[in-house]
Amino acid sequence: MRTRRMIHVLATATATSSLLVACSGAGGSSSSGGDGESINVLMVGNPQMEDIAKLTKSTFTKDTGIKVNFTILPENELRDKVTQDIATQAGQYDVATIGAYEVPIWEKNGWLHDLGSYADKDTSFDKADLLKPMVQSLTGSDGKLYALPFYGESSMLMYNKDVMKAKGITVPEHPTWQQIADIAAEVDGAEPGMKGICLRGLAGWGELGAPLTSMVNTFGGTWFTKDWKAQVNSPEFKKATNFYVDLVRKHGQAGAAQAGFTECLNAMSQKKVAMWYDATSAAGSLEDAKSSKIAGKVGYAYAPTVETKSSGWLWSWAWAMPKTTKNADAASQFMLWASSKKYENLVGEKLGWSRVPAGKRASTYENPAYQKASGSFGDITLKSIEAADPANPGVQPRPTVGIQYVAIPEFQDLGTKVTQEISAAIAGKTSVDKALDDGQKLAEDVAENYR
Amino acid sequence: MTALSAAPKTAPPPSRKRTSTEVSKWKRRFPLLPALVFTIVVTQLPFVATLVISTFRWNILKPGERRFVGLSNFTFVFTDERLRAAVLNTIVLTASVVLISVLLGLGLAMLLDRKFVGRGLARTLLIAPFLVMPVAAALLWKHAIYNPDYGLLNGTLNTVYRFFGADHGPTIDWISSYPMPAVVISLVWQWTPFMMLILLAGLQAQPGDVLEAARVDGASAMATFRHITLPHLRQYLELGILLGTIYVVQTFDAVYTITQGGPGSRTTNLPYEIYLTMFRKFEYGEAAAAGVVVVLGSIVIATFALRTIASLFREEVSR
Repeated sequence: MRTRRMIHVLATATATSSLLVACSGAGGSSSSGGDGESINVLMVGNPQMEDIAKLTKSTFTKDTGIKVNFTILPENELRDKVTQDIATQAGQYDVATIGAYEVPIWEKNGWLHDLGSYADKDTSFDKADLLKPMVQSLTGSDGKLYALPFYGESSMLMYNKDVMKAKGITVPEHPTWQQIADIAAEVDGAEPGMKGICLRGLAGWGELGAPLTSMVNTFGGTWFTKDWKAQVNSPEFKKATNFYVDLVRKHGQAGAAQAGFTECLNAMSQKKVAMWYDATSAAGSLEDAKSSKIAGKVGYAYAPTVETKSSGWLWSWAWAMPKTTKNADAASQFMLWASSKKYENLVGEKLGWSRVPAGKRASTYENPAYQKASGSFGDITLKSIEAADPANPGVQPRPTVGIQYVAIPEFQDLGTKVTQEISAAIAGKTSVDKALDDGQKLAEDVAENYR
Repeated sequence: MTALSAAPKTAPPPSRKRTSTEVSKWKRRFPLLPALVFTIVVTQLPFVATLVISTFRWNILKPGERRFVGLSNFTFVFTDERLRAAVLNTIVLTASVVLISVLLGLGLAMLLDRKFVGRGLARTLLIAPFLVMPVAAALLWKHAIYNPDYGLLNGTLNTVYRFFGADHGPTIDWISSYPMPAVVISLVWQWTPFMMLILLAGLQAQPGDVLEAARVDGASAMATFRHITLPHLRQYLELGILLGTIYVVQTFDAVYTITQGGPGSRTTNLPYEIYLTMFRKFEYGEAAAAGVVVVLGSIVIATFALRTIASLFREEVSR
């Protein structure tokens, strides 16, 4: 028994190495059966994606005869997997959900199919109806559309109306960050165990990095200047980060350094915090009476600002087709269907209008049924998305397009490492100055590749 | 079979005897060869490939920029501040987990060595943590125990405070305030049963007459433990420590799930740092080089472990 364990130990000792080879694309496995009418789709495990996995068989497959095999993964694992698959040209998937961050980078590497031509050919798809910032963020440097948005989001401030009413506070529709900090101080402890505000503190470029960078933008900071000078320890970046960290440390949620989107959603819907600054797509969940204690009692305001007019971020989960696919036609049919008005109506009728994958089409917001379901947040969501300007989100010109991230391959690593240290500052284990000075060194190394 | 048993009787010339045992040896080995080849293909070829990859500068997000860089990835591994911190964290984590769980395991093994009603049940319950999947255990600790809002620790504190009239206890963020202890404790919980099992086996293998003689001679319990039990347990302790070390060095689940290596990189150990290099930085060369260094380190530890097991077997035989 022990010797067997021993052998097992030695085998796992080389696990790292076998992992490396498995990923090097030595043997690209393709699971597509030769019938040509079956496609493999890899997507992130958000509620909207789980809905489409349920609805596809009885509608899309029934109509077209194309069988769709879904693989659903949590966001982090999805990123790992999809990047490996596409970068190594393994060709396992015909369609994958990616975001605005990946599109420009992968397009330049020649990994993605141009989808604009497919969208133009399909008249019922109505490409012109797609919201402009969405289209812009999924367009490559050559002007071609490389991904079709499934749903889109910006960011906004959500608050507990009961608490504000009890304290006699009116939250402005367009608040400044200082106003929000003052309100957070006032409502902190409004109910036993309730904190003022939830802001993500979990390390990760897509977690803490997103709200923080949107705050840095409006405080006048940036990761890099137009000519690639790193600005991570510039006064503006420091001011914003200090503001963020102070606010979370003083009036933020319990366990802040471990709290990401999901934890904040929990804290907000369970009345553990009075306010929350995060994605507009969270509203649907907060308004769901089954899981939220504050359904119907949530107020919404635009993303708080300091120096810019707006500061909401911009993100979309979008369908992309790797160049390696052998089922381009079937895959494009699926993508066009999934991003269509027809599909939105299907979800509205079958599952309820608040579950519609919104935020990508102007017509969604003109639909009376959706307007009724999204009364309190639909308007702010649409206006925030329209106001978002990925090319120019701050006060100075940027080297890349993107609001809450820098669209370069190195940012996954840079953003993760810098936010790790800021998360440590939130936990009280280091200072913001030290975190950002260290981050500046990393950012300078990255910037060197581009100068 | 018949040839084998007949061989010694007929006393053939030495040379023939040698070849016949050679042949019989190969007869025995032959069915195992495919397994051996398979093992080599599965474990050794990837390692060779890793060695090759470790000499490249290769970021998969930048196709077309792959190039041979010799040993510079290893220079990076040995000079990178983060990796050095990860090595230190790995040592702290491994040493504390192994030592604490050996001590606790020893205590529990001594208790279980006595006869009492329900001993079988107690033993089963004590082994349970070792049977829980590492990820499940980590999730359990992160959410059910450490969570500042609904975790067991703060819940207990709240109840105690309420008992004394306060309406709310302190909200302690265990994971952020005590990141390393948080990971260590969850791992100790998992590894104590393993140590306990090994040490219990050692205790039960203790010759009863020696202990009885000690008792008859009037030795105190403490003295018996120090001079008889502990020396007897030495090899079991060594075995537990070495096997535990080899496993705990590779800890990934607990770090990934409970702290994500944070706050900052205070609980980032080598496996997690390599994971980050692989899947966030996508630098295959650097990750491979770090992997090679870890494998070499593990081999050193494993060699010691195998030697200990070998000495254990020798002891068995000589007894």
